[in-house]
Amino acid sequence: MESFDIGVSAAFWLTIASALLCIYYGAVNWNKGAEEKVDKNIEQWAQEEDKIDEEL
Amino acid sequence: MGVLENIIIIAYLALVGYLGFVGYKQTKNTEDYLIAGRDTHPFIMALSYGATFISTAAIVGFGGVAAWLGNSLLWLTFFNIFVGIFVAFVFLGNPTRKMGYRLNAHTFPEFLGKRFDSKFIQMFGAIIILLFMPLYATAVLIGGTHFIALYFSVDYHMALLVFSIIITAYVIAGGLKGVMLTDALQGSIMFIAMIILLFVTFDSLGGISEAFSKLDSVWTTTVIEPLSSVSIKDLKPGSPDFMMKLSTLWGFEGWNKMPIFLSNGWLFVITTIVFGVGIGVLAQPQLIVRFMTVSSKRELNRAVLIGGVFILSMTGIVFIVGSLTNAWYYEFNEGRNALQSAGSIGKVIPHFINTAMPKWFSFIFLFALISAAMSTLSSQFHTMGTAVGRDLIEQLSKKDMNSMLITRIGIIIMILISVSLAYMFDKQPAIIARSTAIFFALCASIFLPSFIGGLFWKRVTTTGAISSMLIGFVVSSFWLLFVHFKEAKALGFCKALFGTHSLIGGKIAFIDALIIALPLSTLVLIVVSLLSKPSSNEHLKVCYED
Repeated sequence: MESFDIGVSAAFWLTIASALLCIYYGAVNWNKGAEEKVDKNIEQWAQEEDKIDEEL
Repeated sequence: MGVLENIIIIAYLALVGYLGFVGYKQTKNTEDYLIAGRDTHPFIMALSYGATFISTAAIVGFGGVAAWLGNSLLWLTFFNIFVGIFVAFVFLGNPTRKMGYRLNAHTFPEFLGKRFDSKFIQMFGAIIILLFMPLYATAVLIGGTHFIALYFSVDYHMALLVFSIIITAYVIAGGLKGVMLTDALQGSIMFIAMIILLFVTFDSLGGISEAFSKLDSVWTTTVIEPLSSVSIKDLKPGSPDFMMKLSTLWGFEGWNKMPIFLSNGWLFVITTIVFGVGIGVLAQPQLIVRFMTVSSKRELNRAVLIGGVFILSMTGIVFIVGSLTNAWYYEFNEGRNALQSAGSIGKVIPHFINTAMPKWFSFIFLFALISAAMSTLSSQFHTMGTAVGRDLIEQLSKKDMNSMLITRIGIIIMILISVSLAYMFDKQPAIIARSTAIFFALCASIFLPSFIGGLFWKRVTTTGAISSMLIGFVVSSFWLLFVHFKEAKALGFCKALFGTHSLIGGKIAFIDALIIALPLSTLVLIVVSLLSKPSSNEHLKVCYED
């Protein structure tokens, strides 16, 4: 890598850094964000219930 | 071909068939068929995204370009990972997933159409896909078929037929579930092959630092010394020495160096290769739809890790190995560089695999190339099929229709068109060779401002989005047809009408269409939106609130 000029060196290290950033971000947030999950069955069930209520 | 090779081929086909069947069994409704039921595993989603993005052309074509132009292409790998994975998944992925769910969107054109409450936008998006994606798919199809025909010594047209039937079967039957499951298998094969390729290459060149440092002396011995006093007019156009001389005239000074700032070579690498592909990826319909296939942000978070490592192992390795082939050939092929040894840019990687790698690896690498082609093609066919069925026929029809059936018909129609083009043009005319770049430039200029604006800015209006898309289409088409040195020459309209390959010569002709069209379509989106009537609060509520 010593033979790279500054432009190619920057590209090389930014590539490595961005891959590490992806690994770090993925690892730190591995279990986060599940609370946003929309339970389709519950939602569908709720919609059906609303519809039945309206009809009644 | 030995018994073991036959067994591996049969096992591979059986596995692909099995995954297609699993997709078929799990597909119960339209949502399953079009967006994989919105509950895809992060590993499958990330590998499918990566394997769809990386086609045979990315490995063989860009690997060859790296052998020609060197490690400056690593800027594209940086963009692929940082923009194509990190920015895309972290900043665009979840808003797309949530809005797609709220709007009940099943395709990218439908997503845009519903966000802006416009059937025109949905159908315009579909038409852009249907006009330009078949050429892109044909390029991938021709590339993949050539490898099969070459390796198995069979007729091109026979290979094309068998190859197409296999892909058709699992795309039609399994829908997006089948496509993504097979993508994950194919992505895994690609990953393993690229890791082996990197280790064997470094090992044969005596280590990492030694390998790179050899490139400087090879450049001096095979490019500078023999070619500095030769005029390019005395060299046969397209020959290896012609291409190397051209690179020096464009401002390249070595495989470990960036071309001179703002030289033709710099503009080509940075605007066409790095920005064109690196930013263009954000607006690819077949990739964006994958954000809508997962059930929560957690899956996207996990996919960032997997996707980042996968893309690094694809373009990162192939660009580095592509450059290093020059050092390998110099050492093991009588002091010649890669282009001199292989004959042309497109032949470097296959030639290197056959010459420098053990025989067993050639076989694995063939699978990686076929996998790269199949994973890209299956997603393209699925996207084109949904564009025909869901986004066009269903929108034009007044009756309620079966989306799954219409999409399947759409997929068959688009496969027939793509295969017919590949059947007719096995020699790949210039327009097809440039189709990937054309598709990326068009998608970015047309879709990107409205897509990002639609996600994050409530003030974007339907009129603003339509104006931006039309301007993006007109400006990028003009640039591709009449200015950019590669596409304008390949398409031939400019030459036919005005007798010249580019209306604007000099350095401007080296600037990619995206650099001109994207800022203009963004500006139009902002200005027209601010000048037009905002969307209703009720509609914005549906788009942005759970």
